[in-house]
Amino acid sequence: MVTDYLDWLRREGRIVIVGASLAGLRAAETLRAEGFAGSLTMIGDEPNEPYDRPPLSKAVLLGKADALHTELPRRREVDAKWRLGVPATGLDMTEKRVRLADGDQVEYDRLLIATGVRARPWPKESEAQLDGVILLRTGGDAAALYRRLKAGPRRVLVIGAGFAGSEVASACREMGLAVTVAERAGAPLVGALGGVIGSVSAELYRENGVDLRTGVMVTGLEGDSVGRVKAAHLSDGSAVETDLVVVSLGSVRNTEWLSGSGLGAGPRGIACDAGCRAFDFRGIVTDDIFVAGDVARSPHALFGYQFLSLEHWGNAVAQAEIAAHNMISSSSDRRPHLWVPAFWSSQFRVNIKSVGVPPMGEQIMITQGSLAERRFVGVYGYQGRVIAAVSFDNTRWLEFYQRQIEVGAPFPVEYPTVDRRPEGRRPVPADFPDPSLPTHGPTVTLSGYSPTDRQLVFVPAH
Amino acid sequence: MTHASLLRQITDYANRANPYPLYEELRKTPVLHEEEDGPYVISSYWDIESLLHDPRISSDQSNVTAAGEDELSGPEATGLPPSFIRLDPPEHDRLRRMANSSFGPPHRPRRIDSMRGELAEIVTGLIDDFADARQIDVVDRFAYPFPVTVICRLLGVPREDEPRFRALVDPIVAGLDPGSRTSAESMKTAQEARLQLGMYLNGLVEQRAKDPREDMLSDLVNSNGPDGAMTTMEVLSTAVLLLIAGHETTVNLITNGMLTLLRHPRYLQRLRDDPGLSVKIVEELLRYEPPVQLLPQRTCITDIEVRGVTIPKGSRIWLVLAAGNRDPERFHDPDRFDPDREDIQHLGFGSGIHSCFGAPLARLEAQLALAELVRRLDNPRLVEDPPPYRPNAVLRGPRHLNITFDGLR
Ligand SMILES: Cc1cc2nc3c(=O)[nH]c(=O)nc-3n(C[C@H](O)[C@H](O)[C@H](O)COP(=O)(O)OP(=O)(O)OC[C@H]3O[C@@H](n4cnc5c(N)ncnc54)[C@H](O)[C@@H]3O)c2cc1C
Repeated sequence: MVTDYLDWLRREGRIVIVGASLAGLRAAETLRAEGFAGSLTMIGDEPNEPYDRPPLSKAVLLGKADALHTELPRRREVDAKWRLGVPATGLDMTEKRVRLADGDQVEYDRLLIATGVRARPWPKESEAQLDGVILLRTGGDAAALYRRLKAGPRRVLVIGAGFAGSEVASACREMGLAVTVAERAGAPLVGALGGVIGSVSAELYRENGVDLRTGVMVTGLEGDSVGRVKAAHLSDGSAVETDLVVVSLGSVRNTEWLSGSGLGAGPRGIACDAGCRAFDFRGIVTDDIFVAGDVARSPHALFGYQFLSLEHWGNAVAQAEIAAHNMISSSSDRRPHLWVPAFWSSQFRVNIKSVGVPPMGEQIMITQGSLAERRFVGVYGYQGRVIAAVSFDNTRWLEFYQRQIEVGAPFPVEYPTVDRRPEGRRPVPADFPDPSLPTHGPTVTLSGYSPTDRQLVFVPAH
Repeated sequence: MTHASLLRQITDYANRANPYPLYEELRKTPVLHEEEDGPYVISSYWDIESLLHDPRISSDQSNVTAAGEDELSGPEATGLPPSFIRLDPPEHDRLRRMANSSFGPPHRPRRIDSMRGELAEIVTGLIDDFADARQIDVVDRFAYPFPVTVICRLLGVPREDEPRFRALVDPIVAGLDPGSRTSAESMKTAQEARLQLGMYLNGLVEQRAKDPREDMLSDLVNSNGPDGAMTTMEVLSTAVLLLIAGHETTVNLITNGMLTLLRHPRYLQRLRDDPGLSVKIVEELLRYEPPVQLLPQRTCITDIEVRGVTIPKGSRIWLVLAAGNRDPERFHDPDRFDPDREDIQHLGFGSGIHSCFGAPLARLEAQLALAELVRRLDNPRLVEDPPPYRPNAVLRGPRHLNITFDGLR
């Protein structure tokens, strides 16, 4: 009987979680909170206890938090076997085993994969290895970056003006360091928020004394005789003298360890259903493997059932809770993960928050405040409905817009709002770059079928 | 119970001691509109929460049009401009931001927490004064003087002037009560009192402009951030607001707290054993007995729909926070006082852009006050239950709370 199995699973089953960070920890806590009494194993390749990443590009760089002490607060005892500092290297779906780098194998009855993403490295390997070329994803990265910033580099070069790059640039300026930011697109944050908001961000950059170069690519990094970076060459022919380069080119999903396992895992993440159950490579849903957090991509009813990959803190928490619940529940008790995407950032003392999926937006209207004051709410429209909203220093209104997204409220937004200015009377194009030309990593990726995807050869099975 | 009488019953003093059954009745009609030009009354948690974040809802009284005769035309008409609590963005944001820069993060992240020691001293002093008594009025001897002393120090208002400003605060606060608003007389008194309070504060403000000190009045006068400076009138209306809001609500929070603990001796004992429990107790109090019971000063600037009811543009909207806080759709077993609740996002401080400015201070004051009272009083008992209440339906709390005890520890 299924219920007998579930009873047994909850009592003495074995659950393995690969990826011992935000999503992994929250899932473990939820499992215990919901009465899972069996054995729990947490596998993580990082040596430390689960810690929080958002401060790494904010408070940590300003010396307000210690890079190696952003541990996540524990909600409850999880009573797990911790296998830290050991990556998982493979998965045997038939035998229900996870292989570890140290040769061990861990058996599971239910598996949760929460391996997240890593920073996309500088593509030219020899240049990437120059001393002074840094990525920012882990606590160790942040500690190293902080140390170098403190040492007072002559100039910092940030490659890529997404959220992470912007936050680093902001921290540099707050520390009084000279910083150049190179971005391939026409403005910072365009991949995530579009050109209209991107131009506000560009102004913020410039006002804060960042040397912002847009519409350019860094074509090469140059080292000195002892292997320290000393300059970067840009596609417009210019060069930037620098002794510290922060590569912020978005992320790569940690799925390589699953290759050949038969799971539906690839460079875009691990596909799963709305209940966080992973698909195998044939598109068939598994019943014992779940995914959560940055590594997952799942279909969302509010956004045309597109598969969304979200690199959002709140998503990792919410998805982990749903996944954990579903892992130990019968099919009729399972819940869908229908979190409305939400993301925040802070840079140049401005608090930025978005809800929904801005990159789906065709048009934008400023419904409150004004772009010029950099205090506003912008609402994105897609095919006649509200699909997303972004606020600069106006967070408290976003809840309202979230509900507008949830009810598919009509766009353009016709009703008056307090603090609506003349510029917000009419929608304007949101000005996203062509989605088939990726910029620095947007934090939301729509990864449903796209006509620009031509790599597949379809061979129906007989 | 007929609906036509529900609002009157709520504002009726006879029901002040326990309005909760009336709120329960109220929630049965999520959008209650009893009379032609009466308010639309919202009482369920989610509706209140969403309206507090709704940019079509205004706090600016000049937007009331459909409500006919504008009984709220308020103190502001007499000369003091409205304080930020009665404004919409962008003016609200600007003034609140400037006031906040001398109060909280990011500019003064530790201002409140650094007052901990000072607050504890005030509390100890007040309690030491009961040493010879075996019966006291918690309100007069403790719950009132404590926050008044604190807000005076924070703002830089001489504590000795309390009798002077109290005489002005009382009519202003009475003017906030929709029950008493029916009389044009009391509205006029409130307006005049507000102006006089502003004039009283103006004396201090002028003095601080010349000779700044380490207090909020000095900061307000000399503010000069990215938003520029406040005008003198803005400083005065902000100071009036902070002075009143800084104690009129906390006194009720502390008194309601003591009353509730005396009614729930188990938690009183637990708090005595573990002062750290005060954090949870205060949060639950803010849900269970919120000092601000309802917000009667919102209007909508366009037709809006709530639960299928269209509220016409310009209508007054009352958000009954205390009813939302006991909404069974939101909280399990809502009528039970249960500080062990894990999920407690109450509406005690409102929500959205007007959410209580002084919340961090109010929390800290109530936590210290209750933990210390309970620790020091030996075997405290209520003299009468329910105690006599203040008339106000908006800022609800006991007028007196007489207790006896066997001694001080
Ligand atoms: C610098 C920075 C700033 C951020 N700021 C914000 C912000 O302001 N707002 C916001 O919403 N989000 C922000 N984010 C994103 C947020 O941190 C992520 O969405 C969140 O961490 C995702 O959690 P996760 O558990 O899915 O993945 P991760 O936190 O990446 O955890 C995955 C873990 O799995 C480990 N792992 C990978 N492969 C293996 C393997 N084979 N075996 C074992 N372990 C493995 C990884 O090392 C890692 O520890 C930020 C991220 C970074 C890096």
